[in-house]
Amino acid sequence: MAKKTIGPVRREFVPWEDPEQTPFIEFRNVTKKFGDFVAVNNLSLKIYKREFFALLGGSGCGKTTLMRMLAGFETPTSGEIFLDGQDLSGIPPFRRPSNMMFQSYALFPHMSVEKNIAFGLEQDNLPKSEIDDRVAEMLRLTKLEQFAKRKPHQLSGGQRQRVALARSLAKRPKVLLLDEPLGALDRKLREETQFELMALQEDLKMTFLIVTHDQEEAMTVADRIAVMDRGELVQVATPSEIYEAPNSKFVADFIGDVNLIEAKVLEKADTGTRMQAVVGDFAIDTEQTTAASVGDTVWYAIRPEKVRIAQGQPEGSVTNQIGGIVWDIAYLGDVSIFHAKVGEDDHDILRATKANISRMVENPITWDENVVLTFDRDAGVILTG
Amino acid sequence: MTRGPSWFNVTSIVLGFSFLYLPIVLLVIYSFNESRLVTVWGGFSTKWYVELLQNDQLLDAAWVTLRVAFVSASVATVLGTMAALVLVRSGRFMGRSMFSGMIFAPLVMPEVILGLSLLLLFVAMDQARGFWTVIIAHTTFAMCYVAVVVQSRLVGFDKSVEEAAEDLGCPPIKTFFLITLPIILPGVIAGWMLAFTLSLDDLVIASFTTGPGATTLPMKIYSQVRLGVTPEINAVCTILVVLVSIGVIAASIATKRQQVQRERDERAAFGADG
Repeated sequence: MAKKTIGPVRREFVPWEDPEQTPFIEFRNVTKKFGDFVAVNNLSLKIYKREFFALLGGSGCGKTTLMRMLAGFETPTSGEIFLDGQDLSGIPPFRRPSNMMFQSYALFPHMSVEKNIAFGLEQDNLPKSEIDDRVAEMLRLTKLEQFAKRKPHQLSGGQRQRVALARSLAKRPKVLLLDEPLGALDRKLREETQFELMALQEDLKMTFLIVTHDQEEAMTVADRIAVMDRGELVQVATPSEIYEAPNSKFVADFIGDVNLIEAKVLEKADTGTRMQAVVGDFAIDTEQTTAASVGDTVWYAIRPEKVRIAQGQPEGSVTNQIGGIVWDIAYLGDVSIFHAKVGEDDHDILRATKANISRMVENPITWDENVVLTFDRDAGVILTG
Repeated sequence: MTRGPSWFNVTSIVLGFSFLYLPIVLLVIYSFNESRLVTVWGGFSTKWYVELLQNDQLLDAAWVTLRVAFVSASVATVLGTMAALVLVRSGRFMGRSMFSGMIFAPLVMPEVILGLSLLLLFVAMDQARGFWTVIIAHTTFAMCYVAVVVQSRLVGFDKSVEEAAEDLGCPPIKTFFLITLPIILPGVIAGWMLAFTLSLDDLVIASFTTGPGATTLPMKIYSQVRLGVTPEINAVCTILVVLVSIGVIAASIATKRQQVQRERDERAAFGADG
């Protein structure tokens, strides 16, 4: 049997695993305080050339402040920021080789689409013919040719978003900063645009840094994600690592849906760990090892889709098996979410999702039914904090 | 079923408008009076308008007033816009509330006190009073009105638009002239027009701060009225009323048109979105 890995990953592009690579953007011990409030706390981060990197976190976690420090709109209280080997401290925003796409788009309302896109190029005093060529190229790239003469208020939300993108790309910046770029679009348009952004980033071979609070968006577009909380990085990893191997309760809970089971370590070995759930009468056997000692309380994080739910005893041998009663069912179309009561209290719930792979089911699982929940030895992770 | 306007409504409207506009209508009518006596109708004539054109004193006063209003409104607009920018943009700084209090003080300060204090200042400075002292005085009190108007425009201004310009390589001062000023321009123009009108019809402050050779039109009219109202004054006032009305009507038509056009554009844009 082949060794199992977490996937899928663009395996040909992993500069962060190569210690020889020099980072393209580097934050070194950066701290930013607003009065007493610490927005970014002694943070160090390396981002590599041609990466699509996402800063993900709730509001007030410092992700936007971090990006604004890179653009030059905020000055770090301490620490340095490097871009392509250059120390950025003391360089005003209008001399930095990065461009930003703003959350509000920040289009110039008194200028036409063309003029908006040409604005940055005009600041560099490029010859007129070159500006015209570059603007035409950007209009083509963002499919805005027929709107070139329009003013921003004559455009729809999606078109404005594309103008903002074209304007920030026109100068071919070393890094494109995207501040919640798709927040104002409706869901369908947002999903389309996410894929367009990815294609664009690959075509232009540029480094993109996106700030978002939408975990789905971060997971869709980014090569790597940095999850932030209260001014600090909690975990920096690929989307699949973040989802399948979160390093803390915060990340496990923030990204996607998860069952967090409190358990006591019973037995430790090189091949795995055995635990006893604190609530509900069941043991958990996992191939994961842990730094916690026997008798310590830890958290076992398991995603609902990794928990199988069945009405009777499953065939073959299973390592982890829990009996429960169906407490609630949410039918979402593509999947159904089952809440199974596994302890005495009504809140002792284990969630399992099941893909609805056939339209018709004989004898479907229903409310108050006795069910058996099973999962594999490698289905979850042990978390200590 | 539509009911016609009730009699009560009609009467209130007629009474209300008469109260507001009857004096002005009378003034306009009597400016075409043949008779020398202001209150006795002697038949239709435009002779007072002809005479007005030959009255050098009144024409001089009108010319002084226009120049004072133009220069003081322009200076007040520059200073008032700068004050508004500081108040809206600089965030919290030492003495901010005192600064804003002092900018807006002339709004509530009695004109007599303002005029008197300026007079004392010019006397203390041993400054000959005339054209320039009136301009300084008008700039001082018009500036706060400009600051109020421009400030209200700046509060609704998305600061990231300026950040975007700087991010694209535009230095801050250039950003102000290329981006900020064009966007707040309607507010700045409104402020200028307000300052211009305030200067145009100011009597009290001008009387305190002016000197020989710089008599403004309101002062001239006031001093002539004390010697008795002549139909000539009615003619001057009628011309002023007509000019102001044309200005107001043109401005409101322009804004209305712009608004309609904008609404149409927005509807078209959203209709086109897939």
